Amino acid sequence: MDQHINIKVKVWRQAGPKAQGHFETYELKNVFQGASFLEMIDILNEQLISEKKDPIAFDHDCREGICGMCSLYVNGHPHGPDQAITTCQLHMRKFHDGETITIEPWRSRAFPVIKDLMVDRGAYDKIMQAGGFVSVNTGGVPDANSIAIPKPVADEAMDAASCIGCGACAAACKNGSAMLFVSAKVSQLALLPQGKVEAARRAKAMVAKMDELGFGNCTNTGACAAECPKSVSLANIARLNREFICAKFQD
Amino acid sequence: MANNIITPEMAKIPQGPLEKKWTNYKDHQKLVNPANKRKLDVIVVGTGLAGASAAASLAEMGFNVLNFCIQDSPRRAHSIAAQGGINAAKNYQNDGDSVYRLYYDTIKGGDYRAREANVYRLAEVSNSIIDQCVAQGVPFAREYGGLLDNRSFGGAQVSRTFYAKGQTGQQLLLGAYSALSRQIGKGKVKMYTRYEMLDIVMIKDADGTERARGIIARNLVTGRIERFFAHAVVVGTGGYGNTFFLSTNAMASNGSAAMQMYRHGAYFANPCYAQIHPTCIPKHGDFQSKLTLMSESLRNDGRIWVPKKLEDAKKLQAGEIKGRDIPEEDRDYYLERRYPAFGNLVPRDVASRAAKERCDAGFGVNNTGLAVFLDFSDAIQRLGKDVVAQKYGNLFQMYEKIVDENPYENPMMIFPAIHYTMGGIWVDYELQTSVKGLFCIGEANFSDHGANRLGASALMQGLADGYFVLPYTIQNYLADQISVPRMSTELPEFAAAEKAVEEKIAKLMKIQGKRSVDSIHKELGLIMWDFVGMGRTAEGLKTAIKKIDEIKKEFWSNVFIPGQADALNNELEKALRLADFIEIGRLMAVDALHREESCGGHFREEYQTPDGEALRQDEKFSYVGCWKFMGEGNEPELVKEPLDYEFTERKTRNYKA
Amino acid sequence: MWLFNSSIGRKFVMSITGMALVLFLLFHASMNFVLILSESGYNWICEMLGANWYALVGTMGLAALVLIHFCYALWLTFQNRAARGTSRYEETAKVWGVDWNSKNMLALGFVVLGFLCLHLYNFWFKMQFAELTGLHTGAFDPQNGAAYVKYLFSGVVTADNFDSSMLTMPSWSHPVYCALYLVWLAAIWFHLTHGIWSALHTMGFNNLIWFNRIKVISCVFASLIVLLFAAVPVYYLAVFCGIHC
Repeated sequence: MDQHINIKVKVWRQAGPKAQGHFETYELKNVFQGASFLEMIDILNEQLISEKKDPIAFDHDCREGICGMCSLYVNGHPHGPDQAITTCQLHMRKFHDGETITIEPWRSRAFPVIKDLMVDRGAYDKIMQAGGFVSVNTGGVPDANSIAIPKPVADEAMDAASCIGCGACAAACKNGSAMLFVSAKVSQLALLPQGKVEAARRAKAMVAKMDELGFGNCTNTGACAAECPKSVSLANIARLNREFICAKFQD
Repeated sequence: MANNIITPEMAKIPQGPLEKKWTNYKDHQKLVNPANKRKLDVIVVGTGLAGASAAASLAEMGFNVLNFCIQDSPRRAHSIAAQGGINAAKNYQNDGDSVYRLYYDTIKGGDYRAREANVYRLAEVSNSIIDQCVAQGVPFAREYGGLLDNRSFGGAQVSRTFYAKGQTGQQLLLGAYSALSRQIGKGKVKMYTRYEMLDIVMIKDADGTERARGIIARNLVTGRIERFFAHAVVVGTGGYGNTFFLSTNAMASNGSAAMQMYRHGAYFANPCYAQIHPTCIPKHGDFQSKLTLMSESLRNDGRIWVPKKLEDAKKLQAGEIKGRDIPEEDRDYYLERRYPAFGNLVPRDVASRAAKERCDAGFGVNNTGLAVFLDFSDAIQRLGKDVVAQKYGNLFQMYEKIVDENPYENPMMIFPAIHYTMGGIWVDYELQTSVKGLFCIGEANFSDHGANRLGASALMQGLADGYFVLPYTIQNYLADQISVPRMSTELPEFAAAEKAVEEKIAKLMKIQGKRSVDSIHKELGLIMWDFVGMGRTAEGLKTAIKKIDEIKKEFWSNVFIPGQADALNNELEKALRLADFIEIGRLMAVDALHREESCGGHFREEYQTPDGEALRQDEKFSYVGCWKFMGEGNEPELVKEPLDYEFTERKTRNYKA
Repeated sequence: MWLFNSSIGRKFVMSITGMALVLFLLFHASMNFVLILSESGYNWICEMLGANWYALVGTMGLAALVLIHFCYALWLTFQNRAARGTSRYEETAKVWGVDWNSKNMLALGFVVLGFLCLHLYNFWFKMQFAELTGLHTGAFDPQNGAAYVKYLFSGVVTADNFDSSMLTMPSWSHPVYCALYLVWLAAIWFHLTHGIWSALHTMGFNNLIWFNRIKVISCVFASLIVLLFAAVPVYYLAVFCGIHC
């Protein structure tokens, strides 16, 4: 059963992108374990506001685990110490009375801190803009059922497509690599006949952009997939490698 | 305008039979040639299904697009959270579906409060949406034969809903986002993330006509106020459900863009039509920040019930027993009992009210007494746990993470929550508001759902507007703007608009009161839920208006916003939005008070049948209630667009037989 | 050129060189194992791999592979550290499913390399190098590898023709050599269990179905190589023990 607990929260505070950051510790009393982790931060912020202090800036939006806006490195794990969820789905029942919880922003060169726990993940958008699409314009496309796609293939594409672009993969990776993110999109579109047509071009363009933006090289440690809130598989990275290497050999 | 009436001509509804209207329109509308498209700029605010698809499509056509969103990426828009699916009249399942049937179901589901021509067009383009999405690589669910799978969805008797696991909204949005990304990469769309529109800039033509010519937006990272020009402004910023504080909307979803349009003379249509979704996870504490929706598809296999005996309900509320302890014969499957034909699949408004009715009668099943059971034990027995897990596994997992209870073993608990707002800014057939050059698409407009929206229709409308309607109709407007050169943002109109925004912010920052923004917002939410929620009365609505006026006073005199205006400041953002929520809340109450009937999402307790069903007053209220801004502090004025049903017979919605 | 300027290209180079080295190790291990089966067989191999042109080309190739593998490893690691940014996490936790060796490939690589130097001094310098230059670097005839290995690991001398002035190893050093080689092999095992599957993964030979299979295959393959190698020092350690204990 959920109880009320007292906790300490050690939070990274950083006034701006260039400011020097530091940790600050706050005490919170009587937090209900049925509350979500972000609701706990809401409560903390209300407390700070009542003391006329600056509340903690953090990214969040849908609070149901799908928009990918929330981030946070909680007790050494992106999205906290639970499997296959985002921070907004993390509940206080994962923590015990008297615990000190450490909250940090994503730390990666490609994700600079904006303020406190908020980081700039625009790099992921830029990778998508480089090739994460099928080049079709609106209208003038064939009937949706004109190409049959085997269910297992469609399902695998769906699993790859479930990536929410939160950045946990690059944040968790000791090399700051974005390969899981890139491979999820490349896989989804390479699996489907609609995207297969330009699969080679896409793989090359997206990888080139990824490298240009300063993400690291993948060394297959698997931390990304282990921490991915949507359990996107590492097998996608093998497919990206395959697509990319084949494309380069064809050149 | 004669007697404040909007005629079909003013709404630009094309002539001809229903099924020919859209074709006729397209055949005769003005187009812009490719060379001129390059000279025209369009601002699109919002990157949800409607905004992203419109921005991408307009850019593909050759217009220069400036696209704004408040999140850190266009992919975060709240369309992403839609779970269940998207409707289309493909009739792939050979169950007798057709464009007409989709049209008819939508009009009927909306309780005959939508415009016939718009709804028919929506049904007509629905098929193109599916084609488009598949071509973009949206991984819809498929059958073993490789063709697309469909399921049935609340309020429909055919299987016309396409879906991608429980993440249809996400996949459709990512499809639109990918199309948008492609155009950003090509430089045809200039993307502004973490920007919030704070006003629309109106500029008069030489002949005195006022037109929307740009926006004032705040860079949420730096706090800087910036000016942007465009030949037309398109707003697709979603609904205003967060007026209730607790809703299924995202934390940043807001109605401020709508209020900015409203203050510039765009009518706010049917604000009282708000949809309450029946299958949400019940509230569990005062600290709660939002309610989580679970897909309506759960009602396909789940059965909704409460105990038959009051003493069982009491025991459940006290936590002495669990749902599974109550024997079959003591369970009241009240939807199946009341609506034998549709059973658990009745439309959302009906299901929500029925749940409220049972809970009001004391049969609620959790500690707050505000929950009913959604039970899968039958489905698990019939289909096996694996099949159920395959269909609903991710939803069950989500439920378990939040509630900490295994839904395979004990029935889920659900309760209705505010989910979608059918009301919105009034638009004509071209999706243009009553302000020239200002367009409104998606949930933000009022157009297609009438008084109630059917499941899987929101995604359809958002994408229809963005991909297939607006990109055509806006040309009819822009064709006359090709000789208008790009204007400088140094014009006095821009300067004045910026100054007004800065003054408003300064005023808010200066209050330095005692209360946080959220504490006032929660208070507003409670009033809305109690008096402007599922069951409304004249007296309650009058109370609401009075209380909202008090909240407004409290807000403007006692809110506390920490930090600076010229830096990243979440509290300031929230305060600006709350200032508008307070106005919207009032407008909802005013509209609900005026509409003396029950229809769809609007239920006035004075107007119901003896067995508690909604009672429409077609004679008096068969119109779109549009509210016109009459200046700060003045009561808005009602403008009516009569809904004369030419092609469809109005019936009482009946889900019993 | 994509092998230089793309991350996957650089990883591909690591994989190719790594896999080539793995194949060499397999060959080397099998060759070593022959010693246990037949000393004359082993010496025949030694002769083949002496100062012949193909052996020399092979050696040069190997050196190049090691050099490329090593330089790329340094380069990649340098880039990866830069990609992490300037601030480090205050708190890190063990992530379930992430193997220790996968995160410490460079460190393991250094261990392997360190022992490799010792190994080159012990064997290559005294065998192929000696033969090549005609310099007298070891006690035994460079082509009598079997005798030398036996001496190194167990102290037993069975050759007819040797320079006794160079047999200066104290008897305790023989089992120490065995132990050092076993430590080295352990490091190689860790390096390979991640390295083989990772190389296959990087080259694109993986998917959902084969994911665990490839990990198992890599593990088996790495273990096989290491066991073949380990057999020699373990065998002679036993011989040593038989004499001295």
